[in-house]
Amino acid sequence: INAEYMGTPSECLFFFEMTLKALVSIKRVIDYTVKVRVRPDKLGVIKDNVKHSCNPFDEIAVEQAVRMKEKKLVGEIVAVSIGGPKSVEVLRGSALALGVDRAIHVKLPTDNDDVESLAVAKILHKIAEKEKPDVILTGKQAIDDDSCAVPQMLAGLLGWSQATFISELEVSGKTAKICRETDAGMQRLEVSLPSVISCDLRLNEPRYAKLPEIMKAKKKPLQEITADSLGVSTQPKIQILEVADPPTRAAGRKVKTVEELITKLKTEAKVI
Amino acid sequence: GINAEYMGVGRARFTSYATLPQEYKAIRDMSRQFAEQELFPIAAEVDVQHKFPAEAVKKLGELGLMGVAVSQEYGGAGMDYLAYAIAMEEISRGCASTGVIMSVNNSLYSTPVDKYATHEQKLQFLTPFASGKQLGCFGLTEPGNGSDAGAANTTARLDGNEWVLNGTKSWITNAHEADVAIVFATTDKSLKHKGISAFLVPTKTPGFSLGNKEDKLGIRGSSTANLIMENCRIPKDYLLGKPGYGFKIAMSTLDAGRIGIAGQALGIAQASLDIAAKYSLERKAFGNTIAKLYAIQLKLSQMASKLEAARLLTWKAAIAKDRGDDFTQAAAMAKLNASEAATFCAHQAIQILGGMGYVSDMPAERYYRDARITEIYEGTSEIQHLVIANNLLKDYGSTNVKVPAAPHSAKARATD
Repeated sequence: INAEYMGTPSECLFFFEMTLKALVSIKRVIDYTVKVRVRPDKLGVIKDNVKHSCNPFDEIAVEQAVRMKEKKLVGEIVAVSIGGPKSVEVLRGSALALGVDRAIHVKLPTDNDDVESLAVAKILHKIAEKEKPDVILTGKQAIDDDSCAVPQMLAGLLGWSQATFISELEVSGKTAKICRETDAGMQRLEVSLPSVISCDLRLNEPRYAKLPEIMKAKKKPLQEITADSLGVSTQPKIQILEVADPPTRAAGRKVKTVEELITKLKTEAKVI
Repeated sequence: GINAEYMGVGRARFTSYATLPQEYKAIRDMSRQFAEQELFPIAAEVDVQHKFPAEAVKKLGELGLMGVAVSQEYGGAGMDYLAYAIAMEEISRGCASTGVIMSVNNSLYSTPVDKYATHEQKLQFLTPFASGKQLGCFGLTEPGNGSDAGAANTTARLDGNEWVLNGTKSWITNAHEADVAIVFATTDKSLKHKGISAFLVPTKTPGFSLGNKEDKLGIRGSSTANLIMENCRIPKDYLLGKPGYGFKIAMSTLDAGRIGIAGQALGIAQASLDIAAKYSLERKAFGNTIAKLYAIQLKLSQMASKLEAARLLTWKAAIAKDRGDDFTQAAAMAKLNASEAATFCAHQAIQILGGMGYVSDMPAERYYRDARITEIYEGTSEIQHLVIANNLLKDYGSTNVKVPAAPHSAKARATD
């Protein structure tokens, strides 16, 4: 505790209330530069020997938490990742090495195992019950499945407010002023804490990990647990029937008249 | 140094990026990201305008890349030479000028100060440099002697509580931006190389001046110039290491520097391979992409093989150094092979790009010009061959390697 805050008892209390605890959820995904290929069994994509990295939107969430800690709004940051053994690399390299204090690895048996959004939300729910954060930050969606469901489900399970797709965040005391980027435009809201916050691209630009921090990250606490130990089943409730490449983009066609265009839109493209 | 847990069964971990321990992957990813985001956009300007990349160098310092293997106690990142070699390659892939600036500060300046300075000297001459706040340079070469480093003409004379230095150093990288130069000078020419000592010379010392910047073929963002000392007086305790140990300090420093330059050469080679391979998948000729032609495939294969071999030699040298083993031989092989891989890859990249390789629209011509120096500085390829040959002949001379007895076909030809 910083001695300058140790004034009258009410000032002490104010300090304790001031610093929030942040839980950041990150995911190890196939790197965005990789040209993803469908597996021969057509039930997924090839992940072996493919470059993986931290989900870019989750990096933005980590950066936001670290900035809040630097501003003394947040006192402790805990990162969590649900994934196979190699998820440890994103916890150390993209969270602990950037200023996160400790990490929790919910370990799946292999790096090829997937967990559905609801199960992820339930796991995070259980962790949140134990860790009691004031704010949960995560990326708006994972770039592998683009489900965009976990933050919303998690808020529902916790009964908390949610602030999704945020591009601006200003926390003060027990509330947060946010700006959401939606298809209909920018929406400004005020949410009360605790809250589940999902981060969009323009919220911030993540920093580079400094070498001394990469070294320090090796010694920061990283706890390994299983979904079973939290009482959450990772049994899929959805069966994947087939994964296929999107149709190859055909060349555009020119039409001679507006009538011809309307006919084609009706009969071929079937959009009107 | 190397974490003990990696030194057993997992030795094969150090043969490819995919199997490296996590912190080396993290350093590689960070350096690579930095190179792509910060250096790709400025490398051409740095080259065309001969512009020192001050902003980028400042950021490198903040990230700990200017003193990778210096302990955190003295402002460094507290990592090891393998991490340094990996970072050097990624940074140089972005901008070879930035790479050499980083290499000189790490290997030629910070490493000898870290190894040979007293604690007090380190506080003044290491901490601000390993953290990138100040820049160092290495003054060994003279107009009259490059490869013949033992024939130093720069003199140092003890006068009361001061050393008085006189002489000129040439081809010094970072000359115009350095705050301190490590200068090698002789106190007694009759002792030949045993008369040389190393001195820490702040560049603002009266009597210390710089020559004009050389107009170089490549690595134009780094300044290269003469250091001129005319009755340049420095305090007695600015001697680095023991008197008469200068040549030894220089040689051991160059061993480490060779790993850094090998890293730089690997970066240039990789950048050349990247551009050539990508171009070959897009450029069409004779009805198909040129990647379908054996002539191009042969070039790409040769480039990749030389590069991969050089990279393994570089990592081997770095790991040997980190382990505390004798790494002179390994470092010489690394620098020799990496620099020749760089010139080969850059040459073939231009060939694969054809006309596009010859114009500044594509970076291939810059890689070609940047690569060339790697076969010359920090020990010419010829010197590397000398080092390697001397080491291996020493081994053969001191051990009894069995070879098949002669004349060994006579018995086979004899009939019963």
